[in-house]
Amino acid sequence: MKKRDASLAAFAIFVFWQIAALIIDRNILPSPLEVIPVFFKEIINGNMLEHALASFWRVMASMFLSVILAAPAGLLLGQSQKLNRFFSPVIYLLYPVPKVVLVPIVLLFFGVGDLPKILIIFMILFFQILVLVRDQAAALPSELIQSVRSLGAGRRALFRLVYLPASLPAILTALRQSVGTAVAVLYITETFATQRGLGYYIYFNASTLLDYPAMYAGVLAMSLLGLGLYFSVDWLEHRLCKWQFVE
Amino acid sequence: MMITLKDLTFSYSHSTPVLQNFNWQVQRGERWAILGASGCGKSTLLYLLAGLRFPDAGELLINEEFLPRPRPQSGLILQEYGLLPWATVRENAELGERIRSFYGADGIHAPRDGSRVTSGLLPWLKRLGLDALSDKYPSQLSGGQRQRTAIARTLALNPDLLLMDEPFSSLDAITRADLQNLTLELCAEQNLTLVMVTHSIEEAAIMGEKILLLGNPPNRFPQIIENPNAGETGYRDSRIYTELCQNLRQRMEIA
Repeated sequence: MKKRDASLAAFAIFVFWQIAALIIDRNILPSPLEVIPVFFKEIINGNMLEHALASFWRVMASMFLSVILAAPAGLLLGQSQKLNRFFSPVIYLLYPVPKVVLVPIVLLFFGVGDLPKILIIFMILFFQILVLVRDQAAALPSELIQSVRSLGAGRRALFRLVYLPASLPAILTALRQSVGTAVAVLYITETFATQRGLGYYIYFNASTLLDYPAMYAGVLAMSLLGLGLYFSVDWLEHRLCKWQFVE
Repeated sequence: MMITLKDLTFSYSHSTPVLQNFNWQVQRGERWAILGASGCGKSTLLYLLAGLRFPDAGELLINEEFLPRPRPQSGLILQEYGLLPWATVRENAELGERIRSFYGADGIHAPRDGSRVTSGLLPWLKRLGLDALSDKYPSQLSGGQRQRTAIARTLALNPDLLLMDEPFSSLDAITRADLQNLTLELCAEQNLTLVMVTHSIEEAAIMGEKILLLGNPPNRFPQIIENPNAGETGYRDSRIYTELCQNLRQRMEIA
């Protein structure tokens, strides 16, 4: 998408928001002209930045963990029919389970702190990456592997020159597709058993302080977190997988 | 002697052996075409020569040596999917060199003799008309350009044996003839021994000074047709060529 189009769309959304605020004219829908200054004030003078960083750290840690664990596992399953036959029923059952329903269980086991939140998001990303990388590795034509082997490649060179670059698009696609869900689930986990994170910030301003402009500023921050992650992955994909975008 | 098959037997699990007590020899510098219908085992034979499959019984020797793995001095070119889709023409053509520098001249993955390692890539890209395309990805190339890239990659490694599996089957007639001529030219120039697998009678007749005809498995005896005029200019239009094609067609119907 063109930058200009995206900026225009963002502007249109804000205009729509402004009009809706004027029509509804109640404190539960403050106008963007009210929210945006609060947003900056809360970041600079308030503690929203701290909450945002807590949320950001949780998503990044989950992304990192899921990539380093799911990508090798996916490669392994994609290369070995035997292993895949053994594990695929388990994956088949676990993959579609909405991981968010596991939140209470993970909280029971791991209590407060960052770990349960990171674990939940990890579970979402893990299966997504695992399945995509596995299918990608399994779909590599055997002709390709054979011709690279015929050039002298052993296991090490095959991994570095074939399997790794082949799984990169799958990893990035999986991240791009699931980063939205990850942030959504992050919000839910942060409304439980924590006093840090944008989820908590939004929840606290909405239900306890009844400070709606601040709540909206939190919603805006969380949306920007999701958008920022999405765009970063998208950018990486264009950067690292150029071959997928040539005409 | 370049290639020797002695009482070689190969079968895929629980099926009729593709080759049974098979004997066959290829001399250095010869150009062979292996011809047969699909399922006759011609690709299997090529994979055996490439060191990607191994005989159940009997011996396969290349330059008097067994073949426990792909031999660094053999080049293999397949019909499709031989190129890395995420690498440009140049990166694909460099792949062999990269793999060699990965392991060093260990005599296993790369020849021990360093001087034969590569002859440099650039002249090959130029020679094969790829220099203007070197930053393109395989998906942006025509089938003929893709096969030229595969050829550049192989020849940059200075092979003495070229193994080709239906390399031009998915190309249009003009491009195919063009690349057949190029291959003949390069074989003569680089002193290459060629073994090309094909299902096309015409291609076998044009490429092979000797043609090995395989029939339905099990193949026990090599059926060899001499074709000494192959590769001469004007051969495509000669009577010998037309008659040979007829002859081969009849033989294939019997086999």
